[in-house]
Amino acid sequence: MNFPILSVIAFVPLLGSVIVLLMPKDKERLIKQFSIAISFIPLILSIVLWVQFNQGVGMQFEEQLAWIPAIHVNYHVGADGLSVPLIFLTAFLTTLSLFYSSFTIKTRVKEFFLLFLLLEMGMVGVFISLDFVLFYVFWEIGLVPMYFLIGIWGGPRREYAAIKFFLYTLVGSVAMLLAIIGIYLNTGTFDIIQAAAVRPFVENFTLGSMAFWAIFLAFAIKVPMFPFHTWLPDAHVEAPTAGSVILAGILLKLGCYGFFRVLLPMFPEQFHAFAPVVAILAVISIVYGAMVSMAQWDLKKLIAYSSVSHMGYVMLGVAAAAFAIGNPQMFDSQAIALNGAVFQMFSHGIITGALFFLVGIIYERAHTRDLKAFGGLASKVPYYYGIFLVTGLASLGLPGLAGFWGEFFVFRGAFAIAPVYAAIGVIGIVFTAAYILWKVIQHMFLGPFNEKWAGLADMTGWEKVTLWPLVIFMLLFGLFPPLIVNTINAAMTQLLGKL
Amino acid sequence: MNLLGLLSPELVLLITGLLILILDMVFHHRDGRREWLPFVGIAGLVGALVAASLLWGRQESLLSGMMAVDSFALFFKVVAGLSTLLVILASWDYFRGKTPYEGEFYGLLVLAALAITLAASSTDLIMIYLSMEFLSIASYILVGYLRDDPKSNEGAIKYFLYGAIASGIMLYGMSLLYGVTGTTSLAEIAKVFAAGKVAGDMLWLVLPALVMLLAGFGFKIALVPFHQWAPDAYEGAPTPVTAFLSVGPKAAGFAILIRVFLAAFPAFQVDWVAVLAAISMVTMTLGNVVALKQTNIKRMLAYSSIAHAGYILIGFASVALKSPSIFNGVNGVLLYLLGYLFTNVGAFVAVIAFENGTGSNQISDYAGLVKRSPWLAGTLFVLLLSLTGIPPTAGFLGKFFVFAAAINVQFWALALVGIINSVIAAFYYLNVARYMFFLPAAEESRVKISPALAVALGIATAVTLLIGLYPQPFIDFATQSVRLLSVF
Repeated sequence: MNFPILSVIAFVPLLGSVIVLLMPKDKERLIKQFSIAISFIPLILSIVLWVQFNQGVGMQFEEQLAWIPAIHVNYHVGADGLSVPLIFLTAFLTTLSLFYSSFTIKTRVKEFFLLFLLLEMGMVGVFISLDFVLFYVFWEIGLVPMYFLIGIWGGPRREYAAIKFFLYTLVGSVAMLLAIIGIYLNTGTFDIIQAAAVRPFVENFTLGSMAFWAIFLAFAIKVPMFPFHTWLPDAHVEAPTAGSVILAGILLKLGCYGFFRVLLPMFPEQFHAFAPVVAILAVISIVYGAMVSMAQWDLKKLIAYSSVSHMGYVMLGVAAAAFAIGNPQMFDSQAIALNGAVFQMFSHGIITGALFFLVGIIYERAHTRDLKAFGGLASKVPYYYGIFLVTGLASLGLPGLAGFWGEFFVFRGAFAIAPVYAAIGVIGIVFTAAYILWKVIQHMFLGPFNEKWAGLADMTGWEKVTLWPLVIFMLLFGLFPPLIVNTINAAMTQLLGKL
Repeated sequence: MNLLGLLSPELVLLITGLLILILDMVFHHRDGRREWLPFVGIAGLVGALVAASLLWGRQESLLSGMMAVDSFALFFKVVAGLSTLLVILASWDYFRGKTPYEGEFYGLLVLAALAITLAASSTDLIMIYLSMEFLSIASYILVGYLRDDPKSNEGAIKYFLYGAIASGIMLYGMSLLYGVTGTTSLAEIAKVFAAGKVAGDMLWLVLPALVMLLAGFGFKIALVPFHQWAPDAYEGAPTPVTAFLSVGPKAAGFAILIRVFLAAFPAFQVDWVAVLAAISMVTMTLGNVVALKQTNIKRMLAYSSIAHAGYILIGFASVALKSPSIFNGVNGVLLYLLGYLFTNVGAFVAVIAFENGTGSNQISDYAGLVKRSPWLAGTLFVLLLSLTGIPPTAGFLGKFFVFAAAINVQFWALALVGIINSVIAAFYYLNVARYMFFLPAAEESRVKISPALAVALGIATAVTLLIGLYPQPFIDFATQSVRLLSVF
């Protein structure tokens, strides 16, 4: 296909951002409507992308232009079964966030919308980049709008959260930069696909390990894996609702994506050797994340920590696959574990995105997120309760909803390869059910009605419009996982085939 | 081409500088005519840049080996010319009412640019010393230009005293080197060392000579531990002079450092590489850590300039001219300087604009700048991002090349210290952004920016982004300049 669909998806938000910059700042309605409208272009194109994607072939929709010939850096983009669903998720959540924000953001509207569109460009750019320097450029570009979004429209501790997010992510990024340079000097190319084919540092395990850990740091901070997760509660809690949705829904997935795109293909030896470390960190993330969630009384912080826990399942799947590298009998289990991990990435984006929207809805009305302050809201806001319950059940992995399949596949794969780790990880599922049902649902919706909320209004039309697409996806992918698993599976089996 | 043709950039600058001084004297009582002096300066600088570009590709040695006209020298002539051009644009309105000596400022500035171009071409110890002294004396006067401002005087005196001692030490080192090798020409010195003609019992003098030379060059570049003068001089000097100081003398210092160390001491590379690496690490760290605490933006940028000298030095400490890789360290130094020129001068132009509009240099007064002047806040933010090293800016390209050079020679510690410092620096650069964008303004009045400043700021920001988005021509420029370096 000659139409550069990937570049258009990535750069139309930039165009939108520039146009918003030039608009007069008092035309707020125009800015909001324009931003939402222009975000439909990447959304529709990403659906077209998914429909046109051919599951049999590998990397598709590739575009390559020489950018800096002196150092062999090219503008090389492409998408495969791993990135196509994620690109769709990015466009989808961005449009929903812009729509939701058009009703909740009242100050400095122009800057909010132009930053959000810039952020979309950064995120899509990471998912499509097949050149390491290009990947790095988009990775860093994504930091700046998020810093502003948290720092200007965030909660009381927003400045602290913003700079912590920025610096923490920057540490990982610059370490990755050194590894990128090292890989270039070793393989002669910055191209991710070519470097993976040539396999950097084959002759020197120590250097390869240094590169591995440097890149691991960058992605582990983003995922976030224990013990690099401490930026997440602050950033998620202090960010404005749409910011939290994008942070949890997409930005975390950038880190996980890196494991699949870069670390597994390029450093299989090192990954195999260090798989126990990765698995331990993943399992700690699952269980510790869930336990800390259970201890939270701030609803938003609870959901933030639940993201740490859910991303642990993704990393468990990756670690399990890494354990079995070099063992052809385990191929099926590896593939299932990786499928589960990617599915979990996708479903978590939808589910936790919905959860953060729901938190935003109650916060707009109640101006508190303290779980102790609520009680018995089910009778007062039944619509909200219904949506929240479905989302919560999806989050804890109820079969029939999207959250189940990711965890199921990950554990199916992990039990075959690394049963001890999997067994400990399963405890996380129990804790997840506990904090969703007991901490959140029970404290907020069940029990005696707290008279303080007698005037609470149920969901408005636009809030329903924001949440229903997410709920539909939870049901759709929960009942018909092949819709997405086939795409993912094609990419994962190809990835494993090259290891 | 004859001698005059080869020296045409220098001649143009000399004539321009002297012309400005003479015109200033002639028009001393006609203020209207004196308004034209900056234009004379700009015209002269443009002429010098054109003359320099016409000399591209040559490799000639002049004046019996005292000077060389090669692409490496031309690169630094271009850097000096561009930075002085931007500074002149920025200083248009600055001195109004602050000093009666407006005209001489431009003359001195152009002559200082001349000194830098001479230094870039110098291939003889005496010539190096002379051009450095020329630059220093011009700089001392420029720093102390505001005679009624005690901080300006203090900065100038500190700079002068420090510089005098540093020059003396450098000269002593040069004399030791002369004593050991019997010649002051860099090419001849290299030949003497290569042929092993130095008497065995005199060889030990080379290391002290090297260290003393480093003291002199390090003073100019403001490397640790020769940096003590910089914060006070930068803070006290009129801000356009600070802008010039942060780029011009650094470029001159690096040009000379590279020529001397690569040309005269290739035999001792193992020794001086280690020393330079250590100095680089200390410089970066001290510059960044002390900058964290600063509340005056000029002082913060002064310490940040010290730190950036450290980053640039990573490139030179990782020099690997014979390496097949493009990352040979020296082109990293050049690229970094080129990007740094636009970024740092641009940042100072923004500071000048703010100072002209509000009279303050305190970072806390930048609060709410996005409302008071969105253009100023936006451009300053892009420049701060470039200083941090976030793509797609010139600062990222420079850092990329110097870190790549360090990795190429496997100086892991140096690269690691470099990246950690980048993160530390991000904090204080973003602190300014925090004030500009997050905090409310104390007063809502617009900050007016004069057209000249707006043009300078626009050029600086645009080129910063251009180098980051389309670096190929600049990489070629730097790489070609290095290619012809080692021949005299």
